[in-house]
Amino acid sequence: MRQSTKIKKSLDNKIFDIIVTILLVLIGAIALYPLVFVVVASVSDPVRVNSGDVWLYPIGFQLDGYIEIFKNKWIMTGYRNSVIYTVLGSILNVLTTVMAAYVLARKDLYGRKLLNWFIAIPMWFGGGLIPTYLVVNSIKLVNTPVVLLILGLVGSYNIIVTRTFISTLPYELQEAARMDGCSDFGILWKVVVPLSKPIIAVIGLYCIVGHWNDYFSAMIYLNNRNYYPLQVFLREILILNQDVDLNTIENAETVAYKLQMAQVMRYSLIIVASVPLLIVYPFVQKFFVKGVMIGSVKG
Amino acid sequence: MKKKKTRKKGFCHQILRCWQLYVLLLPTIIYFLIFNYAPMVGIQIAFRDYKVSKGFWESAWVGLKHFKTFLEAYQLPTLIENTVKISVYSLIWGFPIPIILALLLNESKSQKLKKVVQTLTYAPYFISTVVLVAMLSMFLSPSTGVINKMIEFLGGTAYDFMGSASAFRPVYIISGIWQGAGWSSIIYVAGLAGIDPQLLEAAEIDGANRFQKIWHVNLPGIMPIVVIQLIMSCGGILGVGYEKVYLMQNTLNQSVSEVISTYVYKMGLLNAQYSYTTAIGLFNTVINLAILLIVNQICKKVSEVSLF
Repeated sequence: MRQSTKIKKSLDNKIFDIIVTILLVLIGAIALYPLVFVVVASVSDPVRVNSGDVWLYPIGFQLDGYIEIFKNKWIMTGYRNSVIYTVLGSILNVLTTVMAAYVLARKDLYGRKLLNWFIAIPMWFGGGLIPTYLVVNSIKLVNTPVVLLILGLVGSYNIIVTRTFISTLPYELQEAARMDGCSDFGILWKVVVPLSKPIIAVIGLYCIVGHWNDYFSAMIYLNNRNYYPLQVFLREILILNQDVDLNTIENAETVAYKLQMAQVMRYSLIIVASVPLLIVYPFVQKFFVKGVMIGSVKG
Repeated sequence: MKKKKTRKKGFCHQILRCWQLYVLLLPTIIYFLIFNYAPMVGIQIAFRDYKVSKGFWESAWVGLKHFKTFLEAYQLPTLIENTVKISVYSLIWGFPIPIILALLLNESKSQKLKKVVQTLTYAPYFISTVVLVAMLSMFLSPSTGVINKMIEFLGGTAYDFMGSASAFRPVYIISGIWQGAGWSSIIYVAGLAGIDPQLLEAAEIDGANRFQKIWHVNLPGIMPIVVIQLIMSCGGILGVGYEKVYLMQNTLNQSVSEVISTYVYKMGLLNAQYSYTTAIGLFNTVINLAILLIVNQICKKVSEVSLF
């Protein structure tokens, strides 16, 4: 009797495990398939893609879409701009955030409580889109590339998460460094930053994602094409279907081919625009849990 | 002895003592003053007729005129209905899925499978809204889209999802789940990892099967996190972001896709009605705050978990 319930239980367990595995594989496939399809479509024959023959593997391999992208002046301008905004912007973000978080984590800071309120209030209450625009306009930052670097320089949330992390570090280390005659700058650089790598990685990733994917700041504050980041050009080409200039194709003259080519180029463009982040995040993935957990326990 | 000395010295001494710290904090303070606090001062233009030449303080005071205009505007019912529907349906469909995903991941015997599925489900989070909407319009294209090809393959007829008002919300919500469910599950996965294994052992000795263990141990274990997340989501009910909605908007689905934030963007920045739209923004913020507080109170009563 006992034996049979035990067997039944282990059988139930097995079935349960199998169902869990199947569901997880299914979820993984759903998450992955759209991305796989874009990759496959971007290297396949446009005619076969548009007629629905391409599902899982490339048919009629070609890389013309990618070649077209690298010949397109505006896409390259946007790419260059986005790289600049992302790299410079994220460095500034992380630097400012870590500096502020370290200071606010110092227990001996004069006026610490007041400053913490000063940082926290914007999390719950803000001026909103229009007053912010008017302020940016009044200091003559509208339509300058600087605005995309500065806007979002430091956020309450990131400072608080980083501050919470830094305050969990052993405080004695900082005091020992001070005993050895280390300045406040020195303590930050030589003691706090090396110990804060996990949180710097997470905040850095947030900033990189924010800058690279940001589209609305550019739409609101810029109107000079030369300053536009990639996302603005992506919208023009991918969503508004403004036709890409394909005059560079010389061997194929038919309009139909050009239209097909434009379609394939869209798939390639999605890949080229998304690959930088999709390559980076798995390396930072192990820190996600820490970052999210600290963020949820507000300090 | 030393302590007494510093306490005697005044404000200036305190500042000087750790001047390096204030230098480190200075960029943040300047940034916050300009980009967070100055716009807060600017909210008062909701009660004025803002003129660029006169600025926030000198423009003529008109009281509640702009609020009245908005409350009497013929678009108001549609705007509120669209905004509330999008966020409530997103919440109903989107909120439980990350929890279910986390529970499934937690049950996986294979750490490798768990890790792979996590990596895969995080990926869509890193795709930009522009690219997501572009993928939607390409996949759902009635003539060449892969989804419509599948529908035709299965015997159905192609449907123009992006150009239809009735498909707008389902497309918005399903794509939102695809993009965000994995990322949102992180916090629940972390919560589940923190559940005391002794509780699960005790349940097993009492004869609980796997499903009962999930229902009676795991789910109550992460309930506090669930409630906090729910309160925070409810606080954003009128705060549907304009990014994705704006990008998905076209003349064919405008009747259901015009929400408060897209209206503010268009009227405010494209039509330069600064005061009117600031008033709408303020109205929006106040209602959001009110909903947040109400839901917070309800949760406090029902589950004894609350944000504040």
